Amino acid sequence: MSIFVDDDTRVVVQGITGGEGKFHAEQMIEYGTNVVAGAVPGKGGQEAAGVPVYDTVDEAVEAEDADASVIFVPPAFAADAVFEALDTDLDLAVAITEGIPTQDMAKVNKRLGETDTRLLGPNCPGIITPGEAKLGILPGNIFADGNVGLVSRSGTLTYQVVDNLTERGIGQTTAIGIGGDPIIGTSFIDALEAFEADAETDAVVMCGEIGGEDEEQAARFIGEHMDTPVAGFIAGRTAPPGKRMGHAGAIVSGSGTGTAQSKIDALNDAGVPVGDTPEEVADHVESFL
Amino acid sequence: MKLHEHQAKTIFADAGIPVPNSRLATSVEEVLDAVDEIGYPAAIKAQVHVGGRGKAGGIKIATDREEAEEYAGAILGMDLKGYTVDRVLVEEGVDFVDELYVGVTMDRGEGKPVLMVSTEGGVDIEEVAAENPDAIAREHVDPAFGLHPYQARKVVYEAGVDADVALDVASILSTLYDLYEDSDASEIEVNPVMITGDRDVVAADAVMNVDEDALFRQPELAEMAEESYEDDLERKAGEYGFDYVRLSGNVGIIGNGAGLVMTTLDLVDYYGGKPANFLDIGGGAKAERVTQALDMVFSDPNVDSVVFNIFGGITRGDEVAKGINEALAEFDEIPKPVVVRLAGTNAEEGMEILNTDLIEVEETLEDAVQRAVRNAEEVAQ
Repeated sequence: MSIFVDDDTRVVVQGITGGEGKFHAEQMIEYGTNVVAGAVPGKGGQEAAGVPVYDTVDEAVEAEDADASVIFVPPAFAADAVFEALDTDLDLAVAITEGIPTQDMAKVNKRLGETDTRLLGPNCPGIITPGEAKLGILPGNIFADGNVGLVSRSGTLTYQVVDNLTERGIGQTTAIGIGGDPIIGTSFIDALEAFEADAETDAVVMCGEIGGEDEEQAARFIGEHMDTPVAGFIAGRTAPPGKRMGHAGAIVSGSGTGTAQSKIDALNDAGVPVGDTPEEVADHVESFL
Repeated sequence: MKLHEHQAKTIFADAGIPVPNSRLATSVEEVLDAVDEIGYPAAIKAQVHVGGRGKAGGIKIATDREEAEEYAGAILGMDLKGYTVDRVLVEEGVDFVDELYVGVTMDRGEGKPVLMVSTEGGVDIEEVAAENPDAIAREHVDPAFGLHPYQARKVVYEAGVDADVALDVASILSTLYDLYEDSDASEIEVNPVMITGDRDVVAADAVMNVDEDALFRQPELAEMAEESYEDDLERKAGEYGFDYVRLSGNVGIIGNGAGLVMTTLDLVDYYGGKPANFLDIGGGAKAERVTQALDMVFSDPNVDSVVFNIFGGITRGDEVAKGINEALAEFDEIPKPVVVRLAGTNAEEGMEILNTDLIEVEETLEDAVQRAVRNAEEVAQ
């Protein structure tokens, strides 16, 4: 079992003729993902990464029965690409693009509320169900099939934690990077809810970071609605207020909201142990299994 | 990206928002020229990106020429929470009877812009928000429609602003929202909006932060951002295109991916060290990027040792190692000890080919950080 993607997922890659898009489409196909088409305006009729390219997502869905998209479109055009995915009624759109203006995302977010499409990201590494499908840029070789779900705001931190788990022989049902921007589609709670409902997920790792209040809300959700044990990690304990730590969303406001401590406290209150190091997170997960 | 007060006020004034008469000055002489023109009382305000400038001594009100000279001398060149003041705004003093707070920002949780108004202006609004949240009236704006004019009026009345100036304040708020949208601001704040004895409404302070991700379509603001750097290293990082934040410790940190770099900082602290910076070199690690990153941390005089932590996802560890070796070839001698840790794809191959004559290597993140912390302690002694 898994959440959101599996070997039946049929993927269209938006921006497949660009350098990133082509490279990662090939990587996804090599991993075994069912990539069925690309969509790039003006490139309809061509072929890229071994799959047909269409001018619009709509045509790709019509011709190849795609039900999910992965978006590798430069920031200036990415919001438009997300709108196209949402308006085509796909089940899932994964926006990899980093650097989409926040006000563009506010408009996207508004439309998101009016559709049934799940958006993952933007500014995220994507999602992987080991052995079945990966939609995004995650390095497939560090993941292993297993029974731990993982949800994280950061890419490389996800890889670090997964690496620690896989080294100990602990595999994953699905790993999800929800993205480091202030406004994102799928939230921690959405992912946690799905992991809770997944019969094969026996434990969950949640990696958060400073900024916003999503981790605090997720902690309350865990306390009230989850039986599956969760281990946590929060990055940014040493971040000074008012400084953006790389991710547009990773900033502690002057009023003291969004601090690592407030998130750690909220998780602890919900019975979630929070590791001081990635290695300690793996210790907690091991103790759950 | 934070604009300076004087930059934001120029933008406000161009948009038709009333601001006090003011001039920018970089020397005591220029301050005196400015006060001669503006008259007294005159506020002399440090132009640095530091909250609580007033409390820290960065804002003084001069009532005559002698005071203006004294305050200008004291403020220009002063160190304000780590930033050196190199220019001040000289501004006519406003004779006010009331102070308001107005602001526009993005409510992340709602995914919508929000207007905020409070009659408790002139003080730290974050304290007001923490102690008496009801003192701030809020109104969310649908980002697809933009602001309906009634919303600005509604939130102003709801905050309890005096009826005779309410429409003037609503008009300022409405203009601020237009600016927020048109300039891709992440935050605009006026604290205080002053109500004068004549019942005029004036924007006495101005905070305007712009979404860095939108600078590609805001060329004029991007130019202002250039002028807005206050730290040579931050300027250099901007040129190289790195995400960089300078901190106060002595362990330099280079890594890839914001979450993992933050984690590396946290581990330095956890193992008893003090991080000197946040530096995310992003995806890939070509020799040029590695050289630039090393140049950044080496040129920070506070740095005593460096930890270089790369998790190669799609990027292969052996390619990263080649990049590091090529970068190292430019140095005859490493000015500060460097510990490298590579993980992920082809990491073992990478570790094998690393030039260990000049650098130290560790296999795990925890070990690498602990070694860098020890190195820093030894150098500092």
